[in-house]
Amino acid sequence: MKEYSLTNLQELEAEAIHIIREVAAEFQNPVMLYSIGKDSSVMVRLAEKAFYPGKVPFPLMHIDSKWKFREMIEFRDNYAREKGWDLIVHYNEEGFRSGVGPFTHGSKVHTDIMKTQALLHGLSKYGFDAAFGGARRDEEKSRAKERIFSFRDRFHQWDPKNQRPELWDIYNAKVHKGESIRVFPLSNWTELDIWQYIRLENIPIVPLYYAKERPIVEMDGNLIMVDDDRMPEELRKKAKMRKVRFRTLGCYPLTGAVDSEADTIEKIVEEMMTVTKSERTTRVIDFDQEASMEQKKREGYF
Amino acid sequence: MTENIQGLDIQAFLDQDQNKDLLRFLTAGSVDDGKSTLIGRLLFDSKKIYEDQLSALERDSKREGHAGDDIDYALLTDGLKAEREQGITIDVAYRYFSTSRRKFIIADTPGHEQYTRNMVTGASTANLAIILVDATKGIITQTRRHTYLVSLLGIRHVVLAVNKMDLVGYDEEVFNRICDDYRNFVTQLEIPDIEFIPLSALRGENVVEPSTLMPWFHGKSVLEHLESVHVSSDRNFSDFRYPVQYVLRPDRDFRGFSARIASGIVRKGDRITVLPSMKSSVITNLVTYEGEREYAFPPQSVTITLADEIDISRGDMLVHPDNMPKVERHFEAMLVWMDEKSMELSTQFYIKHTSSTTKARIDEIRYKVDVNTLEKSKIEKFQLNDIGRVVITTSKPLYFDPYRRNRQTGSFILIDPVTHNTCAVGMIIDKLEARQLPSRITDSDKVNIAHGRSLISLQERESRYNQTGCSIWITGLHGSGKNELAFILERRLFSAGAVVVGLDGSSLRTGLTRELDFSPADRAEYLRRVAHLCKLLNDQGIITICSFISPNANERDQVAEIIGRERFHLVFMNASIDYCRSNKPELYEKADRGETVNLPGIDIPFDEPLDTTFVFDPAHNEGNLETLVGYLAEKHIFPSH
Repeated sequence: MKEYSLTNLQELEAEAIHIIREVAAEFQNPVMLYSIGKDSSVMVRLAEKAFYPGKVPFPLMHIDSKWKFREMIEFRDNYAREKGWDLIVHYNEEGFRSGVGPFTHGSKVHTDIMKTQALLHGLSKYGFDAAFGGARRDEEKSRAKERIFSFRDRFHQWDPKNQRPELWDIYNAKVHKGESIRVFPLSNWTELDIWQYIRLENIPIVPLYYAKERPIVEMDGNLIMVDDDRMPEELRKKAKMRKVRFRTLGCYPLTGAVDSEADTIEKIVEEMMTVTKSERTTRVIDFDQEASMEQKKREGYF
Repeated sequence: MTENIQGLDIQAFLDQDQNKDLLRFLTAGSVDDGKSTLIGRLLFDSKKIYEDQLSALERDSKREGHAGDDIDYALLTDGLKAEREQGITIDVAYRYFSTSRRKFIIADTPGHEQYTRNMVTGASTANLAIILVDATKGIITQTRRHTYLVSLLGIRHVVLAVNKMDLVGYDEEVFNRICDDYRNFVTQLEIPDIEFIPLSALRGENVVEPSTLMPWFHGKSVLEHLESVHVSSDRNFSDFRYPVQYVLRPDRDFRGFSARIASGIVRKGDRITVLPSMKSSVITNLVTYEGEREYAFPPQSVTITLADEIDISRGDMLVHPDNMPKVERHFEAMLVWMDEKSMELSTQFYIKHTSSTTKARIDEIRYKVDVNTLEKSKIEKFQLNDIGRVVITTSKPLYFDPYRRNRQTGSFILIDPVTHNTCAVGMIIDKLEARQLPSRITDSDKVNIAHGRSLISLQERESRYNQTGCSIWITGLHGSGKNELAFILERRLFSAGAVVVGLDGSSLRTGLTRELDFSPADRAEYLRRVAHLCKLLNDQGIITICSFISPNANERDQVAEIIGRERFHLVFMNASIDYCRSNKPELYEKADRGETVNLPGIDIPFDEPLDTTFVFDPAHNEGNLETLVGYLAEKHIFPSH
């Protein structure tokens, strides 16, 4: 029977393609949230596969908090141009004008205004009724219970106690006007699956994932990279060159690096196999309050 | 995992790792059975818990744990805040781990009866179920409930994990007794593969490594079994079912039909039939991003191109011509009610089945199953967590196979038309022919409709017409002389000044009910419309003379219910089948050759009515007419004064 069986990755891929096509068929106006990270890159590749030889029939949207690493933005613009994506870049103009940022306002306010609010505004502005996200269930405890088709009310809120039952691979796509569904085609993927897939498929990723000498400041135990001069000068002065890489990517002042020698995918995987900390430990925002991811998700964050 | 990569080239490791397959399994049991401890152990011993998670776990165990000074593994799996506070697992949580041989997805589901729906959810995607039993308690109600649900959802592999063996001194006798009890119970259910494993999750005996404390046990540990159990052949590779999900038309030259193969194997060059159009074509290509394939199998997602231009849209199904699914609007299913809001029988639900969505109503609840005792009982409607057998009619036909044979084409969900919640899920059973299933044609919600008030009362009309509005309903086989009697009666009454309307199949089937066929489910809907039409006319004081075979006694009764029993006068043309044949020889010969189906008295039953006003012999229709006219006068139907 070996001839008719799939490997783990092939099965995950087939499942994700089915989910992506289901959304394109059932919704009026879907969008794929593109965060420039490794998971997003995998998700976009799966969308390309789902509609091959046609083009992806929905736009991608990047919510720009204006504090992303410069290399991320550069990668996004080059890659989008090369692939001919229909890419929307949306940011919170008001927040940007009033200078909201993690150094001045703290991580909680910054995340709320520049990420959550910007996302909700972007979704409402274009009237998207479905939004793909690259979140995985193995990332965080509250994500472990999230549906693949996750219902959001008119205020984009998630009610974890009142989720729609989801059985087999039959997804309920019925929504009233103003309500929407967040869709997570990578729900069943693990961090290792993502890296394996990137390796097998030769998917380009932002160079920040690879180890390199970078200017690093230690802040509350996090290794923060100096990416521009919006970092207060007294902090910048403390920067030292260290060979580091990033396990996840986000706003540079909120994303800690790890000391690493891994400058190839194989080395990254090898490092992952022996690593003793989960990937979200490098995310400053997960620790700013009790059950903080669940709270953020209730409020509309991905 | 760490030890697996030591001494192994990382490249070689990755090459090996990418060939792992995937096993999805369910764990059923309560915290008391040590379920979370077992999961915690599997994750912990396969190095899937990171240091930061472990230190958080140690901290939380002291603060809110229920395991004394030990690490409370339950806190690891109970993710939501409410669950942590209440110490129970409310929802299904999915956990991931892998070994050098396989990747695993655990659906961790709560044990209590009020969370039956969550367990059903977790079971829907699992290949295997671990059912936990406390060795000090043995097989209890909960064990039976979990086993029933596992079998209902079609899981073929069960591990009966007899936990807490440390508390019974690792006694072989205790283990054997529990296994025997379970075997006795499980013979009523269909589970082909059951593995019995004695273990202690707390002490780690027989979880990952084989236990040395139970030398009498020669089987595998839980993890060894999970790594080696053969599940890929559980899929249906025989019946090709391709529910079209998306039509891909990037340019004028390419037209592809995308779907995930539900079952069966398909090859380039195969001849296929499209449902519902029944058009046929040949597969020219199986397209994927990686290139064209010679064949494809479930659960692959591919795109098919065909040799001919055929109109195909989402919800259609491609199949092999010699292997068709059932195509029916009327079927039986086991239904699990998932909504806090209880079932309303009058609701028109959305039904989503494979890639197709249509409307559905529930005709009848056959019985409810008590999940603890497996006893069946009659109920009026389902509440949250109720499970039972129902009869359903859909607006469009579904292309299905029984769930036991095909999980993909045998499953469906019902969606509430107002809240859009997934209110029920179902598994199709296929034991009775559609035409033997009962239909419901009376509308229980008719009282809710506000009636407009005409300025002319029924009394005024009846007084002007000198008659009483009512329906003469003539039933009988094809060729039994119904229409002849109806026409001469209509003529006689009209000539005498009555306001009368004749209704028969030929006038209705061309318009009002043109989309309905002669299958029992459609016939029921057809009669429902006729009955409402009669009622409208009777409400205006008009007499209707209705000539309809109406073979089913239950349906005739429901027609009487809609029209109003006091207005409904049933006449039965009692003709022998030979008499009918001699009247309509062509029709009956066609039926004999199998060219016509659903012909009452031939391949579907005709229920002879018991509660008739008259039983007539069609050979004497002149006399029958006089009898009827006399009856109408006597009852003051016409003339009324």
